[in-house]
Amino acid sequence: MVALTINGLELHVPEGTTILEACRMNGIDIPTFCHDEDLKINGSCRMCVVACQGRPLLLASCCTPAENGMVIETESDEVVEARRVILELLLSRHILKCNTCDANGKCRLQDYCYRYGVAESSFNDGGAPHYPISDANPYINRDYEKCIMCTRCVRACEEITVARAIGIKDRGNHAKIFAAFDDNLESSPCVFCGQCVMVCPVGALSSKVSAAYKGKLSDLDISILATDCFQLFFPFQKLPRYTYQSVLTTCTYCGVGCTLQLNIKNNRVVGVDSNRDENWSPVNKGALCVKGRFGWDFINSPNRLTTPLIKEGGALRPASWDEALELVANRLAQIKERHGPDAFAMLSSTRISNEEAYLAQKFTRGVMGTNNIDQFSLLGHPLAADGLEAAFGISAMTNTIAELENDAKCIFVMNSDTTEEHPVIGMKIKKNVVHNGARLVVADPHRTDLAKLADVHLQHKPGTETALINGMMHVIIQEGLADSQFIDTCTEGYAVFIETLAVYTPEVVAKITGVPVADIVTAARLYAQAEAGSICFGRGFATGNLGDDYGRLLCNLAMLTGNIGRPGTGVNPLAKENNTQGAADMGGVPNSYPGYQAVTDSDMRRKFEKSWGVELPAENGLTLTEAINKAHLGDLKAVIIFGENPTIGDLDRHHVIEALNKLDFLVVQNTFLSETAQFADVVLPAACFAEKEGTFTNTERRVQRIRKAIDPPGQAKADWQIICSLSSRMGFPMSYASTEEIFEEMRTLTPYYAGITYPRLEGKGLFWPCPSMEHPGTPYLHRDGKFSRGLGQFSVVR
Amino acid sequence: MAEKMGIVLRNQGRIDPLKIEEYIAAGGYKSLDKAREMGQIAVIEEIKKSGLRGRGGAGFNTGLKMSYSYSIKTAEKYVICNADEGEPGTYKDRVILESVPQKVIEGIAISAFAIGAKKGYIYCRGEYPRVAGLLNQAIVQAKEKGVLGDFDLEVRLGAGAYVVGEESALIESIAGRRGEPRFKPPFPPLVGLYSAPTIVNNVETLANLPEILEFGANWFAGIGAKSYPGTKVLSLTGDVVNRICIEVPTDVTIREVIDEFGGGIAGGKRFKAVQIGGASGAFLPEALLDTAIDFDSLRNARAALGSGAFFVMDESRDIVDVVTQIAKFFEHESCGKCNPCREGTFRSRRIMSKINQGLASTEDIKKIRRLGHVMKRASLCGCGQAAPIPILTALEHFYREFALKLITS
Repeated sequence: MVALTINGLELHVPEGTTILEACRMNGIDIPTFCHDEDLKINGSCRMCVVACQGRPLLLASCCTPAENGMVIETESDEVVEARRVILELLLSRHILKCNTCDANGKCRLQDYCYRYGVAESSFNDGGAPHYPISDANPYINRDYEKCIMCTRCVRACEEITVARAIGIKDRGNHAKIFAAFDDNLESSPCVFCGQCVMVCPVGALSSKVSAAYKGKLSDLDISILATDCFQLFFPFQKLPRYTYQSVLTTCTYCGVGCTLQLNIKNNRVVGVDSNRDENWSPVNKGALCVKGRFGWDFINSPNRLTTPLIKEGGALRPASWDEALELVANRLAQIKERHGPDAFAMLSSTRISNEEAYLAQKFTRGVMGTNNIDQFSLLGHPLAADGLEAAFGISAMTNTIAELENDAKCIFVMNSDTTEEHPVIGMKIKKNVVHNGARLVVADPHRTDLAKLADVHLQHKPGTETALINGMMHVIIQEGLADSQFIDTCTEGYAVFIETLAVYTPEVVAKITGVPVADIVTAARLYAQAEAGSICFGRGFATGNLGDDYGRLLCNLAMLTGNIGRPGTGVNPLAKENNTQGAADMGGVPNSYPGYQAVTDSDMRRKFEKSWGVELPAENGLTLTEAINKAHLGDLKAVIIFGENPTIGDLDRHHVIEALNKLDFLVVQNTFLSETAQFADVVLPAACFAEKEGTFTNTERRVQRIRKAIDPPGQAKADWQIICSLSSRMGFPMSYASTEEIFEEMRTLTPYYAGITYPRLEGKGLFWPCPSMEHPGTPYLHRDGKFSRGLGQFSVVR
Repeated sequence: MAEKMGIVLRNQGRIDPLKIEEYIAAGGYKSLDKAREMGQIAVIEEIKKSGLRGRGGAGFNTGLKMSYSYSIKTAEKYVICNADEGEPGTYKDRVILESVPQKVIEGIAISAFAIGAKKGYIYCRGEYPRVAGLLNQAIVQAKEKGVLGDFDLEVRLGAGAYVVGEESALIESIAGRRGEPRFKPPFPPLVGLYSAPTIVNNVETLANLPEILEFGANWFAGIGAKSYPGTKVLSLTGDVVNRICIEVPTDVTIREVIDEFGGGIAGGKRFKAVQIGGASGAFLPEALLDTAIDFDSLRNARAALGSGAFFVMDESRDIVDVVTQIAKFFEHESCGKCNPCREGTFRSRRIMSKINQGLASTEDIKKIRRLGHVMKRASLCGCGQAAPIPILTALEHFYREFALKLITS
């Protein structure tokens, strides 16, 4: 411990604490511009200077370690004078456009000028170089006239996103933030994540999407206290009605599950912000990608569906909910009666909430009496993840996202363009590689962004993944890099498995895959020799032809090297959509109830029959592909499609269109009148994520809340409400007052989720498996090689 | 009568700088051999004992600096010779390097041996291409002779930034980054180039090392001023008769430097002012000329020896105009990292120009004083801290000249 005196207080702080930290720990506020807790210290703004007895210079508290015996004053006359001069110098270059500035009221320069009574600059005799706002990109606005050169944006770009798109050009008073060659951001490596906007302490950087006077940052969290004070001092003055607020929710663009803050004004989303508190933004700590930060304007789109539509004479016409639901209920009942329950299929979505996914399968199984439920976006993912279930016992990412940033020493990324598909995970991998020295192996037919950074890029021919991985394992065994102790104690099936590897010599594999022998060997060594090796894989080209073999292959690789059951290791399938994991967890698949409880298992079936009070079908249902084929043959008569657009997105869209055309009855539930909705007999208008409550489960098995920010447009309703109404009309009452009630029912039937409740999800969410209310959740699975299925299963994949 | 003295420049003109054989014949590289016999700790102790202090301007005890780097046990360490001689009016390093390059290289090698570094850099001012060429030849010769052992030395050229003469900015530049100073601590002897312990020494400092080892610490400590022993190589510019580079013991006075070595004021004019230490140095009037030039005596006179540049001005010089030009220099050379320096040097220049043009009032004088005091104490590195010194000292000693240019209300 270090003992020092600050403002007359004797303090004891741990060795290595900076003066700034010591002050903040003890409630002493020091003004700062360039300091940001998530970024490297720069020590350049000099606002945080303090006086230290016996030192001729003022000390920048952000970068000066506390020393024994220091006697510090943080607001002495000379310190205040230095801060005033610095503020006046900054004001002499910062053109005051506060009237129209988004940061007005949340601007550090403004705050500190107020604090130190700096009304104007005595140094402002003009002449400061100013640069035009000329960057025509659609997202980020940089106003040089407001820039105070704190360089936080440059450091955020370098250290959080690792895009390294901006830097500092020229020197002295001409120094400015710039993209390479002083060109536009669009021609730089900028990925428009907007982390620079997030860290800007003034209004120099702002969002072009949320700007244009839609709502200032300061308006959004105006506290009751402040308005009360206002009332106290001006009792006769009529208060403006503040209707601004902000709501924390979970982003819907991919499986990462970033927390974002929706800024609301008069029942409209006017912007997206970061919450940088790890306790509320656990996955991303405020970092977002271009989609999350700037891609929210669809919420307010005039093209949103606002009323149910019924097809009449080949065209869709508006209808009331009563009319539309009555029609759907009658037609479904008719078809069930005439053609049997299996003539119906529910093609659900991986974007809807857990509660909605749960109700979708409950409706399908309980009301329609069939297990024909599957999801479009699950194509590929569950198959690969099934490989994990076969090998380890649980089909999900074994480890957490944070471990990719902090714990993994070698990351093997296969068939995933992570920085595009899961941008925030991509950032974390890049950060680990660039700033912590982790090794990176990328196997991808594309030269992805990560491949450019990799120690080795294995550019295999699409479809040769099996040979590639088997080749790497061949090398690992040949070079004695296998973890025989782990194999002996934690796994089974090794003897049979190893025999099949003999033929995969690097030379043979090189011929099959097109990857040079040396690269295969290097990749194998890097991964096998790492203290903690992590595998991440995406769907890539393997969607079609590998199936669950893909997962098994990579599980073999992890078990062979003992890279499982410790932080920074594991086999991690990156889930594509925001609730890909949750949709499968909730039983939105033809073979299992929520929590991967098989529909063919009579004990499981009885449990659900008892809870739901209805008899359930015992046979596995149709997978998506089977359902489409059956529709094509004319055997499937009615389909509900939830929030998906397969006539555009499916691998074989003509096949889908033909199949849909052959249906007797098609219901499409969506937020927009999609291409698929045009084929529907009834279209039901759904609320989007900003308009409803619920939970999502992200790719790392973290269950997180989504929260209602605004009302849905027109008559649109949340998907869960629509299912409830329909089910009730069909004689199976579902009367949940809230999504929480649905979640409560679900968790009593789903052991993995049994200990998860809404109150427990506040803040950081919870990782399943979480079997009881006392259980803290499980960040990484199969601890110390104790697999969920008992022993890890090596399987032969040729 | 003060006398000049040759330690650093002992063999100047007597040996061919491009012939290592002549340097060796004159006893060169014996000190390096001796250092290897003495061992690292003994070398560091000897240098500490000699009292040698850095000749680049900061005046830090050279042996003490070495001991910091020595104490860290790591394979990767660096020594850097700071030959980025950017201080206007300073040209002593160029003279040293052009006349005795092998002596500097030997000094670097001794320093590297003492701390355990295997790699060294000479960071040479970009405006000195001839010196860089000469150094490269000298290094090739030293390597061919095998005198450096397994120590590797490389010349890096600067690209014209004054602030890169600051050691941490210089380190950043060698590492391929923007030449901006780092905050300290940590200091480079502990965390320097590529985060490894790094000793950065001025050319002149390093050139003293072979002599100290050859003749002993006691001999060196007995020369010149007690607290700043040895000699100092000075560069004289301005209105003196002899605009030369000269090596003198550190106990001579400013007056002796100007009158005896500089030959007095040229053209029979009267002395007005001298700026010591380069562009960032203080302006001193006649009354302070009997101050000794050593580090501490000058500091007591609120000046600094700095790089040892003496810029002498005769009675015909317009101090306000000179200070304005200096302010322009700092505006141009500020790296732009910290607020007080980036904005402060810019505003200082604007106010000085205003005064110089006769457009300013006493309000402006107040402003520039206020600004200068904050810059001096709150800037990140020596550049911003020193930039206001010429302005503040000129105001202190030559206020009359400023007053004459002000608008009288």
